Amino acid sequence: MSILVDKKTRLVVQGITGSEGSFHTRQMVEYGTKVVAGVTPGKGGTKFETIPVYNTVAEAVKEQKANASIIFVPPAFAADAILEAVDAGVKLVICITEGIPAKDMLQVYNSIKSKDVVLIGPNCPGVISPGKAKIGIMPGFIHKKGRVGVVSRSGTLTYEAVKQLTDVKLGQTTCVGIGGDPIIGSNFTKIITMFNEDPETEGIVMIGEIGGSAEEEAADFIKKNVSKPVVGFIAGRTAPPGRRMGHAGAIISGGKGTAGEKMTVMKKAGIKVVESPAEIGTTMLKALEVAGSKKQIKKTVAVKTLNKKPAVKKSTKNSSETSSKTKKLLKKK
Amino acid sequence: MKIHEYQAKEILKKYKVPVQDGIAIRDLSEVDDAISELQSRGINQFAVKSQIHAGGRGKGILYNPLNRDEVILEGGVKFTTSAEKAKDYAQKMLGNLLVTHQTGSEGKIVKTLFITEGLDYKKEFYLGILLDRAAAKNVIMGSTEGGVEIEKVAAETPEKIIKVWIDPAIGLQAYQARKLAFSLGLEGATFKSFVKFIALLYKAYEETDSSLLEINPLVITNDDRVVALDAKMNFDDNALERQKDIADFRDLDEEDPLEIEASKYNLNYIKLDGNVGCMVNGAGLAMATMDIIKLAGGEPANFLDVGGGANKETVSNGFKIILSDPNVKAILINIFGGIVRCDRVAQGVIDATGEMQINIPIVVRLEGTNAEEAAELLANSSLNFQVAKSLKEAAEKVTAVLKN
Repeated sequence: MSILVDKKTRLVVQGITGSEGSFHTRQMVEYGTKVVAGVTPGKGGTKFETIPVYNTVAEAVKEQKANASIIFVPPAFAADAILEAVDAGVKLVICITEGIPAKDMLQVYNSIKSKDVVLIGPNCPGVISPGKAKIGIMPGFIHKKGRVGVVSRSGTLTYEAVKQLTDVKLGQTTCVGIGGDPIIGSNFTKIITMFNEDPETEGIVMIGEIGGSAEEEAADFIKKNVSKPVVGFIAGRTAPPGRRMGHAGAIISGGKGTAGEKMTVMKKAGIKVVESPAEIGTTMLKALEVAGSKKQIKKTVAVKTLNKKPAVKKSTKNSSETSSKTKKLLKKK
Repeated sequence: MKIHEYQAKEILKKYKVPVQDGIAIRDLSEVDDAISELQSRGINQFAVKSQIHAGGRGKGILYNPLNRDEVILEGGVKFTTSAEKAKDYAQKMLGNLLVTHQTGSEGKIVKTLFITEGLDYKKEFYLGILLDRAAAKNVIMGSTEGGVEIEKVAAETPEKIIKVWIDPAIGLQAYQARKLAFSLGLEGATFKSFVKFIALLYKAYEETDSSLLEINPLVITNDDRVVALDAKMNFDDNALERQKDIADFRDLDEEDPLEIEASKYNLNYIKLDGNVGCMVNGAGLAMATMDIIKLAGGEPANFLDVGGGANKETVSNGFKIILSDPNVKAILINIFGGIVRCDRVAQGVIDATGEMQINIPIVVRLEGTNAEEAAELLANSSLNFQVAKSLKEAAEKVTAVLKN
């Protein structure tokens, strides 16, 4: 499995006829993503290559059963585009646009938070489940279907981590760029919850940066709920306070949101925090080897307790089911 | 974007938020007229305030910019009942170097003064509005500990900070304003004025796309008026497009000349104090590259994100900016080519380096599309590049280069 996007994802591209929208639509189609519709107000009834273009997202949903949207419209119109997608009933909205005013995002966030929709971004590279679907602007070829979930506030730094995971042959289940803005649709905790529940994801890489407290909140969640190995990195150790480091959300204000503080909290939560971004891949490899051998021991114990032959199918889901059954049995005893 | 106190008060005045009456001047020749004008408005107590984009002005020290050992005046904000004394303060502040705990030791030259009415007050409070990222709401904070740094209050006596969160759909509610006023122990006429003050202040914050609005201190004058004695406003850079009036307040004197130059080329550059320059695509990777430089034993000289389309032009503009900083002893180029082709970036680096005759070592790490062709191009050029294949190798090469 993977999270958020897979072969069943039917994508509508909002802003398909713009320069970014058209370029990346071609790239996504080439990767194998099912792009079923485009939306550009006023260009309804036309086609972008073979993809039908509609005036509204609602029409795209009705005619083509689109269930996910990617947004490439300029910042002044992006908040409106998100709300339109949500209103049309799209369950996953990925907003690539950088530069949306925080006030607009505050309104969007608060108006959709109780609705049954996942918003990723804005100001993000998107989401990819290697081998299944790519909804974003990331280079597809560096990814490899595999075992690790990646969640990050950055773009190119995520590619760096992905490349390392591919090089050590771990690959990725899904990579989620949550965005570099102060107000984003989905934070670390939300995505890590999904990875934690995804049986194919064996380990999680989280890449944070200075500013805000989302990493600390995620660390708290991980400490309480996640037993899969988590490797973390925080960019901006050398960043000066009070300056926005490229991303609107990457700023140390009032002495809060420093890389050092985040790393300390993450380490305390049991996350393997790397000092150098060059060590993300190798650290995950080691962590999974250790986790694997522990699981092996656990499994043996479980099997002994149940007095049953090992399951033929070797999947994480089975093993976790087994261990929970074991726990129940042990409790009964 | 940051603005000066006098500009913030100009904005607040438009929203009918009570502020001190005052006049901003940029030249000493304007002092006499400013004082006379204020006197004609019935003002006979003055506050002379240095205008720089940094806090702690009151406790700052003014130095002679040509001789850093010579202290001209202690305190960048002065109160006096004498017009002559006010003029004297103005002379000692304007054109001199103000060093506060926020400016760092290099300080800032005072280029503008704000001469205002001086108020007698019996109480001071803190009032701030900002975005609470974790709650995804704006928060209004009030405290009885006015006139001191709010970070200090938050660290030492957090219970003295009262917060109310605003639902963006319905805005500030009257009961929330009352809650703040009661918590600060206000009553009677000042209670009413304060409630009104907050409502107007929040309106100003909302409508100007402000990201921070701080009144520290907010005072209750001896005649029971509620007045903003100081005002600090920051704005969301992403909203400046629709806030043209605010954008006009930008003061280039407060910015680093290299950063202004870089913004002309659409480069996202921040100058730092180190010795290794870096050029990177993407903000996260740029920060990570700075961190790598530090781990390798150097200090980053800058943050530079050249964005998605790194080509010969962006690379040579990037070089121009980085090399304008005399502290730079080496350069690390780290490009992760996803959509952008590494061989094109490499050719850009070769062309720019050749044309500009750069004599300091350049470590280049190109990864992604056509990375191998790029490495070959760099290796075969007559120029002396240190080509690294991975981030780890790039760090090691930086260390080696710094040792030589």
